[in-house]
Amino acid sequence: MTHPTDDELVLYYYAEGDGLPAAHAHLAACTDCAGKLASLAESLAAVSASTVPERDESYGQLVWDRIKPQLEERRAPAWSRWLPTGLLTFPRLALAGGIAVLLVAAFVAGRNWPARTPAPETGAAAPTSAANAATTAEGQRRVLDGAVGDHLERSAIVLTELTNRGGGSSSGDISGEQIFTGDLVAANRLYRQSAARQGESGLVDVLEQLERVLVEITNSPSPMPALQFDSLRQRIDDQGLLFKIRILESQARQRQRNTAPAAAKPAVTKS
Amino acid sequence: MDGTDPAVVNRAQRGDQDAFGILVERHSRAVFRVAYRLTGHEQDAEDVVQETFLRAYRQLDKFEARSSFATWLYRIAFNCAHDLLRQRPRMAKHTSLDAQQDDGTSWQLADEAPGRNPHRQLESSEIDRRVREGLEELSELERAAFILRHFEGQSIEVIGKMLGLQTSATKHSIFRAVQKMRRVMAPLASGQL
Repeated sequence: MTHPTDDELVLYYYAEGDGLPAAHAHLAACTDCAGKLASLAESLAAVSASTVPERDESYGQLVWDRIKPQLEERRAPAWSRWLPTGLLTFPRLALAGGIAVLLVAAFVAGRNWPARTPAPETGAAAPTSAANAATTAEGQRRVLDGAVGDHLERSAIVLTELTNRGGGSSSGDISGEQIFTGDLVAANRLYRQSAARQGESGLVDVLEQLERVLVEITNSPSPMPALQFDSLRQRIDDQGLLFKIRILESQARQRQRNTAPAAAKPAVTKS
Repeated sequence: MDGTDPAVVNRAQRGDQDAFGILVERHSRAVFRVAYRLTGHEQDAEDVVQETFLRAYRQLDKFEARSSFATWLYRIAFNCAHDLLRQRPRMAKHTSLDAQQDDGTSWQLADEAPGRNPHRQLESSEIDRRVREGLEELSELERAAFILRHFEGQSIEVIGKMLGLQTSATKHSIFRAVQKMRRVMAPLASGQL
């Protein structure tokens, strides 16, 4: 007979966990454990007996009366502090617009991510068609490499902002980052799915890690609780996420350059 | 008109300020209860309630119906309490019941209803004092997890989401909190009062 641990008794008391029926059966048969549970219940019942100052039915109306005037004088949103003056020229604003464009590009190009090893032609296609297909695939690949490179660069900017921030009461204010992370999550998902379809496991792994971080930033309240904020930064550091992103970005840029059409490549002249 | 929380939230998100007022009226008492447990002080709890709804209003467009509105408010309240306590480390250790009575703190006011049995009143005060003391012993996360589980009946899974913790970490926060609370409550539970 396995006796439940103290922690398992706590779970039983709160009716949590998967082992409730088994624990119930055990407690019915084991007086020692039943005694432990009774002692736990007695302590926690005493905790439950503590009081909180009463607030009557009209309290909600009172709170509403207090805060309503303040709602009309809302402060500028916290994220505006993140943006310096000269909004229209600031690159981060362009970043937001760029992401929208990217999403479209990612959606179109991501659905047709070219295979690393194109399937051999089985039919008697004309050589010109094959060449055109190869050129098209190469073009799509180039567009996608560029889009992925941009996406990784933008993600790196957001994560760098986060990880470089000093301590202090405002360090958990992530409202500035949250402006961008929602779009970044959507774009990231498309790139990750496309990469998965093509077996780009290295890229998929990093995009998965990145997505978890972006989702957490997007869905967390701002300011983020200090412990959660520290833990998030620690995770980014521990995973070497920024480093991996920079490497992948650099690789995507390199591939993009390598597959650039000859006409677009800069002319090399001998002196 | 649909008066459920999701429907009212939806109206508030579309700019209906009165709809937000309905949410404030509906949830203020619950937020106060949690805020009081978190801060241990009535005036601080009032400040947390107010700040919680102000922040909720500012961040309303970020609310998604993946969690309940109440759960989302608790999470904001936790953050507000965290910020307030960091600015005002009011939860100082209380050395004795007498000292606390001299402070005129709120827990007495709740128990000073006329006509109450003096022994019951003393016992109730002692329970409140020990619970406050116990909660002060807990780390912030332990306190939040314990309050939400024990007093508010939230599931461990929901609490984990609220506090940004894995389920196992949430469980361990609650286990540690229960251990500490039991130690503080032990004299009462064994009839040593």
